[in-house]
Amino acid sequence: MKAEGIQAASWLLIALPLAGAAVLLLGGRRTDRWGHLLGVTMSVASFAVGAAMFVQMLGYEAEERRRTRHLWDFIDVGAFKIGMDLLVDPLSISFVLLITGVGSLIHIYSIGYMAEDPERRKFFAYLNLFVAAMLLLVLGDNFIVMFLGWEGVGLASYLLIGFWQYKPTAATAAKKAFVVNRVGDMGLIIAIALMFATFGTVGYGPILGTGAEHVGLASELGTGTATAIGLLLLLGACGKSAQLPLQSWLLDAMEGPTPVSALIHAATMVTAGVYLIVRAGPIFEMSDTAQLVVTIVGAATLLFGAIIGCGKDDIKKALAGSTMSQIGYMHLAAGLGKAGYVFAIAHLIAHGFFKAGLFLGAGSVMHGMKDDVNMRHYGALRSVMIITYATFGLGYLAIIGFPGLSGWFTKDGIIEVAFDKGGTSGMILGSCALVGAGITAYYMSRVMFMTFFGEKRWADDAHPHESPAVMTWPLILLAVGSVGAGGFLVLGGFADFLEPVVGAPEHAHEFKPLAPAGIATFVLMVIGAAIAWRQYGSRKVPREAPKGSFVTVAARKDLYGDALNESLLMRPGQWLTRLAVWFDGRGVDGAVNGTAAGIGGTSGRFRRVQTGFARSYALSMFCGAALVVAALLAVNVS
Amino acid sequence: MNDFPWLSVLIALPLVGAVLLSVIPRERETLVKQFALGVSLVVAVLAGVMAAGFDADGARFQYDEKYWWIKEFGVHWAVGVDGVALVLILLSVILVPLVMLASWTEADRSGGVDVPAKRSVKTYFALLLSLEAAMIGVFAATDVFLFYVFFEAMLIPVYFIIGYYGGAQRSYAAVKFLLYSLLGGLLMLVAVIWLYPLSSKPASEGGLGHGTFMFDELSKMNIDPTTAKWLFLGFFVAFAIKAPMVPVHTWLPDAAQQSPPGALVLIVGVLDKVGTYGMLRFCLELFPGAAKWATPVVLGLAVLSIIYGAVLAIGQVDLKRLIAYTSVSHFGFIVLGIFAMTSQGQSGATLYMVNHGFSTGALFLVIGFMIVRRRSARISDYGGVQKAAPVLAGTFLVAGLSGLSLPGLSTFVSEFLVIVGTFDRYKWAGALAVSGVVLAAIYILWMYQRTMGGPKAPAVEGMKDLNAREKWAVAPIIAIIVAMGVFPQPVLNVINPSVKETLVRVDKHDPAPDITGNVAENGVRP
Repeated sequence: MKAEGIQAASWLLIALPLAGAAVLLLGGRRTDRWGHLLGVTMSVASFAVGAAMFVQMLGYEAEERRRTRHLWDFIDVGAFKIGMDLLVDPLSISFVLLITGVGSLIHIYSIGYMAEDPERRKFFAYLNLFVAAMLLLVLGDNFIVMFLGWEGVGLASYLLIGFWQYKPTAATAAKKAFVVNRVGDMGLIIAIALMFATFGTVGYGPILGTGAEHVGLASELGTGTATAIGLLLLLGACGKSAQLPLQSWLLDAMEGPTPVSALIHAATMVTAGVYLIVRAGPIFEMSDTAQLVVTIVGAATLLFGAIIGCGKDDIKKALAGSTMSQIGYMHLAAGLGKAGYVFAIAHLIAHGFFKAGLFLGAGSVMHGMKDDVNMRHYGALRSVMIITYATFGLGYLAIIGFPGLSGWFTKDGIIEVAFDKGGTSGMILGSCALVGAGITAYYMSRVMFMTFFGEKRWADDAHPHESPAVMTWPLILLAVGSVGAGGFLVLGGFADFLEPVVGAPEHAHEFKPLAPAGIATFVLMVIGAAIAWRQYGSRKVPREAPKGSFVTVAARKDLYGDALNESLLMRPGQWLTRLAVWFDGRGVDGAVNGTAAGIGGTSGRFRRVQTGFARSYALSMFCGAALVVAALLAVNVS
Repeated sequence: MNDFPWLSVLIALPLVGAVLLSVIPRERETLVKQFALGVSLVVAVLAGVMAAGFDADGARFQYDEKYWWIKEFGVHWAVGVDGVALVLILLSVILVPLVMLASWTEADRSGGVDVPAKRSVKTYFALLLSLEAAMIGVFAATDVFLFYVFFEAMLIPVYFIIGYYGGAQRSYAAVKFLLYSLLGGLLMLVAVIWLYPLSSKPASEGGLGHGTFMFDELSKMNIDPTTAKWLFLGFFVAFAIKAPMVPVHTWLPDAAQQSPPGALVLIVGVLDKVGTYGMLRFCLELFPGAAKWATPVVLGLAVLSIIYGAVLAIGQVDLKRLIAYTSVSHFGFIVLGIFAMTSQGQSGATLYMVNHGFSTGALFLVIGFMIVRRRSARISDYGGVQKAAPVLAGTFLVAGLSGLSLPGLSTFVSEFLVIVGTFDRYKWAGALAVSGVVLAAIYILWMYQRTMGGPKAPAVEGMKDLNAREKWAVAPIIAIIVAMGVFPQPVLNVINPSVKETLVRVDKHDPAPDITGNVAENGVRP
């Protein structure tokens, strides 16, 4: 159905932050004085528009909540007709509220956090750009418009991770994030091309269907094609969401200013993969293989990330490992099909609150500790940073799944749904999720104890202090979300709200607080926290990291993900490049005279210039041309 | 208005301008520059007015003119434009004034790197104007012989521009460029002349009954398959060298390294497009059977160009060479789209020619600004420029992002169309070509990181940011890149009908989707 009223202005959601970014970037230094205020205003205004659209949606019947808006004909060549079309439905509006809501809080917090940075205006421009791109990603009504936002997010993350470009590590991390994401994009691009070849369209409506029944073209997919499209989409999702095997960029991405980490990990970017899989659910549902692979990737990553989180002394990196792990939970749920979609999205929103709170809390700690990120130099901060301590603590309780808080509702739901899958795979997936919950409790407790408990291990020149109100208020609001969001969603009928988009599971999942899986999760949580207390709470934490067991060492090195990439891809790549450069100068060009010029680069070239190069080049040219001709003649397809 | 010889005037104007330049005294350099810029602006405005009157849904060739030139030999001065030619002419006339503006102060020593002896400013601008005339002519010619004449005529100004105004090894690069081009040109000349006796044959033998070089008549001939294959090869090799495709690409990096950056915008941005334009127009429409015969190999070479060019770009240490290799990769995409023979592939390829002209043009212009400041095109001589010259760095980044086909910028639309159009028919080629997406991210961002990022290199200390003139030279291109990334359809509307004609001629239809069915009414554009 056509969008009406404020929903017809869904483009405003994107246009507002985009305009903010444009003004701040083109306006240059002139906008320095008020740039941050404009950035915040645009983000908050976008949230207001989103909230109004949400209210309007609640006034519609469930089956009338899918509203589209055609802005202009984007590309129209032959059968490839792409409109700049936006879609407002329960799924996209959920993301809109998360992105703009949490995004705005991060904007406000950044006023204080980046106050001393001479490039604060540019920072807000990039933040605005990030929000705009992410909104485009979730609001697009076809895979191309979604892809515009998808790549826009990649660009914004590149700019923000590399915000301090003058730091070589930051510049490298930014490039790495973009390139790894592009590997995933390869999958997404081929998936879109394959969908066009298969369906003759890439619109959500025709492919995925518009009702809860999902009778789109996808329902006619053969298993083989569905598996192919599904796995290719998954590759794209792995890139954006930092899932195995494309996880390596996320930990390096900590080079960006801390609010960026909050934005990437909570409100935008890494959630995009989950969105894609849930959105394209009708395609995945046509292939058991594709769904199974999604769950395997999710389960493997949730353990992988959690183990990494255990070994890190850098507070941001510990949290980054945690993000990887939590997004793994979401993928696991998304791969479980209709039974899991709601929990995937609910956990995503709950995680948006507590992870943003945790990262901003970490930023607040760093702010007070002169940007030291090493938790071994913290300790006993609870007495000097009361608000940060309290809000961080609530986020901590939420993420480990303390009964009654957000994570308890959403994560336990995922664990139960995984067990509900049944069979061997259900047991294995459920067990992974269960064990993951225990490890989560361990590494998060470790962070908590090392930072806020124990004795002072501060550097001599550190004078920790509470952050200004502009930073603490966002923390407080996020803490409220961390406490309440999960329960509000799970008990408040989020499943019914999403049903028009994701469909209803065969057996509706009843919320059972005392189910066996729930009790097991609770027990493991307590055990995990208890071990952390024994190691880091009740004992003195050394300022220097001990050698550690081989697991710790491996976790510190990101479980050798980078080492693997380096030996499998980077080194052979560099070698191939060098070989190609050598070959191009000798093999192709100098088929005739190359060996004679032999030695190297420019000197060889000079010599050729002096020794009748015209003749030899005429010859090598003929060789090149003859090669083409010979190749053409050799393949004699009549 | 319709009787006005638009195209002949557009070709003649810059030539007349070049001749008039010679009257201006050599010392009055500013006047020389102002006059040349003025002429190119008039040409651009005229071409714009002409384009505004172009009816995309009208006859294929519009603004056509036809006069006898060498009657005995059946040669006409025949010009006219279809959508494809029109957008390429627009690309040329927009770039020329911007290139002039950008090379305003360094025209006399624009090879730049080691500052050769002072050269005549007047000659440089006269050469640019004559190059513009040849570029418009080559796209406008509807007589194959006339096309050949312009094709070769373009070499002359470029040869002198590289040879006189280039870097240290300019004469080596110029001769290499000339030899490669001449070889291709000669092969094509043989094929062109061959067309004459073929068309003289009576209709019963597949000829036309009278000798001619008119494109629209020749494309109606039925050339016997063996002959057609040889003629196809004659044209194709010439175009492959010009484009340039692997393995006949090696002249470009050398030419690029030695060329003044301003002229390089025209060489890579426009001149090389004649190769891909020629494939689309002449190889496919004159010899459709042979083109289909050669398709598997051409697609293979195109994919090879995409990957090989990109890998080599990653390994370069000189900025101009690096961009030259990225162009080899991008030309691979263009050729891929042309020979996929789908409407998306060919429209995408044509749009790619335009977009690549602008995005590479912007990159070379900014590199030119960098060379003026630092007197070096070596990547290792830079570092941390972003701190010293943020506007320059930002412009470089936007141009670079267009080079890696970031959605929202123009190149994305064309590259995506090529991929989709290729994948539709040749899954293997489409899938392999996508690897270019990752490689592009590596070569662009690594280049950006090494030049603009990191700590400020000592030599970069105090580097001035873009001045007003430089901003004016590059801002229009950036604006076009963004506008065409968001609203590509007006340009595609001009290109689509021409491409459709080509596909009819080669008798190819877009593959039908595997699954059709009752598409839900919602979510589909009306």
